[in-house]
Amino acid sequence: MLELYEKTAIELGELLRTRQVASVEVTRSMLARIEATEEKLHSFVTVTPELALEMAAEADRRISAGTAGPLTGIPIAIKDNMCVKGLRASCASRILANFVAPYDATVVRRIRDAGMVILGTTNMDEFAMGSSTETSYWGPTRNPWHLDMIPGGSSGGSAASVAAGQAVVSLGSDTGGSIRLPASFCSVTGIKPTYGSVSRYGLVAYASSLDQIGPIARDATDLALMLNLLCGHDPMDSTSVPMEHPDFTSFLGKPIKGMTLGLPREFYSHLDDPDVSRVMADARKVFEGLGVSFVELSLPHLDYGIAAYYIIAPSEASSNLARYDGVKYGHRAENFDGMIDMYCRTRAEGFGAEVKRRIMLGTYALSSGYYDAYYLKAAKIRTLITEDFKSAFQTCDAILCPVAPTPPFKIGEKIDDPIQMYLTDVFTIPVNMAGLPGMSIPGGFSSTGLPVGLQLIAPHFAESRLVQLASAFQAETDHHLKRPPL
Amino acid sequence: MEYEAVIGLEVHAQLLTDSKAFCSCTTRFGAEPNSNTCPICQGMPGTLPVLNRKALEYTVRMALACNCTINEISRFARKNYYYPDLPKNYQISQYELPVAEHGWVEIETAEGVRRIGLTRIHMEEDAGKLIHDEDRPVSYVDLNRTGVPLIEIVSEPEIRTPEEAAEYLRALRAILVYLDVCDGNMQEGSFRCDANVSVRPVGQKSLGVKTEVKNMNSFRNVQRALQYEIDRQTEALRNGEPIVQETRLFDPTTGTTASMRSKEQAHDYRYFPDPDLLPLRVDPELVERIGRDLPELPSEKKRRFVEQFGIPPYDAAVLTASRELAAYFERTLELFPKPKAVSNWIMTELMRQLKGEEAGLASCAVKPEQLADLLKLIDAGTISGKIAKAVFEEMCSTGGDPAEIINRKGLVQISDSEALTELVRKVLDDNRGEVEKYLAGKDKLFGFFVGQVMKASKGKANPQLVNDLLVQELRARSRF
Amino acid sequence: MKITDKEVDYVALLGRLHLEPEEKTKYRAQLDDILKYMDKLGEVPTDHVEPMAGTVELYTPMREDVVRPSLSIEEALSNAPARTGTSFRVPKVIE
Repeated sequence: MLELYEKTAIELGELLRTRQVASVEVTRSMLARIEATEEKLHSFVTVTPELALEMAAEADRRISAGTAGPLTGIPIAIKDNMCVKGLRASCASRILANFVAPYDATVVRRIRDAGMVILGTTNMDEFAMGSSTETSYWGPTRNPWHLDMIPGGSSGGSAASVAAGQAVVSLGSDTGGSIRLPASFCSVTGIKPTYGSVSRYGLVAYASSLDQIGPIARDATDLALMLNLLCGHDPMDSTSVPMEHPDFTSFLGKPIKGMTLGLPREFYSHLDDPDVSRVMADARKVFEGLGVSFVELSLPHLDYGIAAYYIIAPSEASSNLARYDGVKYGHRAENFDGMIDMYCRTRAEGFGAEVKRRIMLGTYALSSGYYDAYYLKAAKIRTLITEDFKSAFQTCDAILCPVAPTPPFKIGEKIDDPIQMYLTDVFTIPVNMAGLPGMSIPGGFSSTGLPVGLQLIAPHFAESRLVQLASAFQAETDHHLKRPPL
Repeated sequence: MEYEAVIGLEVHAQLLTDSKAFCSCTTRFGAEPNSNTCPICQGMPGTLPVLNRKALEYTVRMALACNCTINEISRFARKNYYYPDLPKNYQISQYELPVAEHGWVEIETAEGVRRIGLTRIHMEEDAGKLIHDEDRPVSYVDLNRTGVPLIEIVSEPEIRTPEEAAEYLRALRAILVYLDVCDGNMQEGSFRCDANVSVRPVGQKSLGVKTEVKNMNSFRNVQRALQYEIDRQTEALRNGEPIVQETRLFDPTTGTTASMRSKEQAHDYRYFPDPDLLPLRVDPELVERIGRDLPELPSEKKRRFVEQFGIPPYDAAVLTASRELAAYFERTLELFPKPKAVSNWIMTELMRQLKGEEAGLASCAVKPEQLADLLKLIDAGTISGKIAKAVFEEMCSTGGDPAEIINRKGLVQISDSEALTELVRKVLDDNRGEVEKYLAGKDKLFGFFVGQVMKASKGKANPQLVNDLLVQELRARSRF
Repeated sequence: MKITDKEVDYVALLGRLHLEPEEKTKYRAQLDDILKYMDKLGEVPTDHVEPMAGTVELYTPMREDVVRPSLSIEEALSNAPARTGTSFRVPKVIE
């Protein structure tokens, strides 16, 4: 018999609606689990037991009144870079360590409207800049499968909390792989939706043209429920696409026979990790068994993705993070000499090393005399990468590839080698560059028991196809059912 | 060697929308500091901009009135610089692809009408306000103005003199005000101007090194600042000193400009497309509709006034300075069709009452109907022009009807020649010495007699009749 | 080196970051490595390629010119590091 905290949203929803359990009980179970495991993991920046129990009680009233939806009463953890009115949104940065959001992000409003229960905010790389959740001002999050390992980043807390049963589902944000990588490293299911599907209003910007909010869950079913909640037009976000999204749950359990998956040559030629190669080969067999055919294809500009990304994202970040200046909110240095020095010292004290590195890189790439060689060049490469995907999807329904070139690595292993750290995202970054939906699903484990995920990439707004593929895969496999030994 | 100046102006005009450019806060002026802000215009983490449709429509209106080409697709860009009144530390503006380009406006110069080319008109957001403490080394930030929509109108470097610059600004302001897209208030900063100035030897094709002059908050100060800067640069060139490309602040108390030597000079704005906004498309149908609905513009109206009413160009320029004033003139003219008389009265008496502010017209107690009535009374000889001025003042303060005021105060003009002949004779009898001198050839004394008669009549005598009678009576006395 | 000490200083000032001397050395070396890695972009011919600023192929939406309530002054200033009256307070700005 599973504990409450081990159950999925769909299972809990059934128990809640049939009044076998109350949301307050579920929430207490989660809070107790957090209490028991948080010291080891450090998934959260802020845990909000009072708010959670209050919301749970309200959810129970809605359930009694018969006005509950499919997610009413389900506990969720929210990445620390999304605004929840009245809660701190620190982005795991000293510069926002005392910032209390005066408004709700659009996704948070949707979560409230659905009657979900907010457990707190999750740890992350500072301003979502990182692949390991080590750059957090609040200290690193540990991988629930192996406490010496990183959980992936930047949404490491969101993935770790779901893997460890601290939250049923969570919200992450993904700019270059920040949902998919930690989902892969923690053996949970996560999706970065198409750019423009989920409102960014209230998501603290890292790189605005690449950032996208998405859910992390135990399986494709919960993910589909969350996509139903999150996707939709928001007039507060000019980049939000006005369109009707399908009922994603209607794609669960649908056969995938006859579909074609693309295998990009360039993704596989990068693979030299035997565990990842084996997991990919195993996954291929599962899909073949489900009647899927494969086609090899080419994404010729894949190799330039990281270089272009590390120009575009820091350029946008250098501008997005300019507002943290100690004038209106956030940290302000105590000792300074005049206005400019106040800015410089406030920001030097408030930002960590990786954030400063990216601000400098982006400032450089946009500065007079370098714009054409860097920003403009990268923006053109982005066009080529996008065109590569467009032609790839002429021959396949979705692309199957790894999430990362290796299983999780050790805490501290790459922290002082920016380029090695950046290369972790080689398979995820191109998806953001093209604005495509990408999903990470548990694919198995390395010889040492570390999670390895698979990535599925679909054309714009074809999230439903990813749900369908993942649901079919998970019906045949049990990787997603395994829980970390905590 | 002779030198000539080359001046280009950058004008910022606040648009008269109700809400801000990218959020729904009010644009109302004068509220308590930071009472008109929201997470978006405060640049709170996570907030995003959504464009105000009215701001675009007003921009297009101005652009069409200035003969610009509207770019169907344009792009918002971020202009990055740190300043405490700019909460995001970047300004949403337009850079490579502005909404409008290649326009012109007409100005009057000594040599006649000239066209000044416009390089571009683009949309952007205003910054907040800084108040500097008099005693302590601190400044205060008020973000109420932050995010108010602005257009920046950039002229070609085609202006040659400070007078032309002022003319150009007047023309732009008149158009903005006519279109109801900006209130044109320079003191409150809803109409602001920066200048790029360089000087070169007459005949030289290439441009000299330019300076940017800021902080000129009136037409007069624009002229003073430009004249100072032109003289300064000319002097420097004559002495073989180089001109430094820099920003200079005008000081209205000394009438001079001085270099801004702070670190903020190191401007490198790092423009790039704003990823929070998609490309801006201006629907050609919208452009057509706005073009169709454009009102008659000041220069067109001026031309028509001269042609249709035969008034001097100067009068026409004054009367068309605002749409309301021009309408006032035309309405009065419908009721009293003597253009020069109406024009004179509006330009002198009415403008004096309004203290030169056309904006006061709406609240002025004297409506065109009453002014026309007054002018009719003068024309009919019921009152003299001088009395009329007093009546007009009374009308302005009480809003009364001219005929009623004249009756009540007993101001009806004396046009009874018998009564006046008596007065004239009395004046001449009382001033025999002067009459003799006059008859001996001192013609100038005629005015003296007129004055004495008017005085004796308490100003109510019909001046024309007094003239006639005096001529008649003096001639009679010369026969003796 | 692709980036000079002077450029590091310039970029740090533009980005308003105070750097200690040892940080400057570290960042210069790291930025240099990263910029060298970026050199590979030069291999790709892009003369006839349009740059891409975002992935949504639509035009920017517009809202109606309607005023909605602002934050209360207290809410607006609730996160202010320093205030006087209802204004944010900063060191004197010299123009």
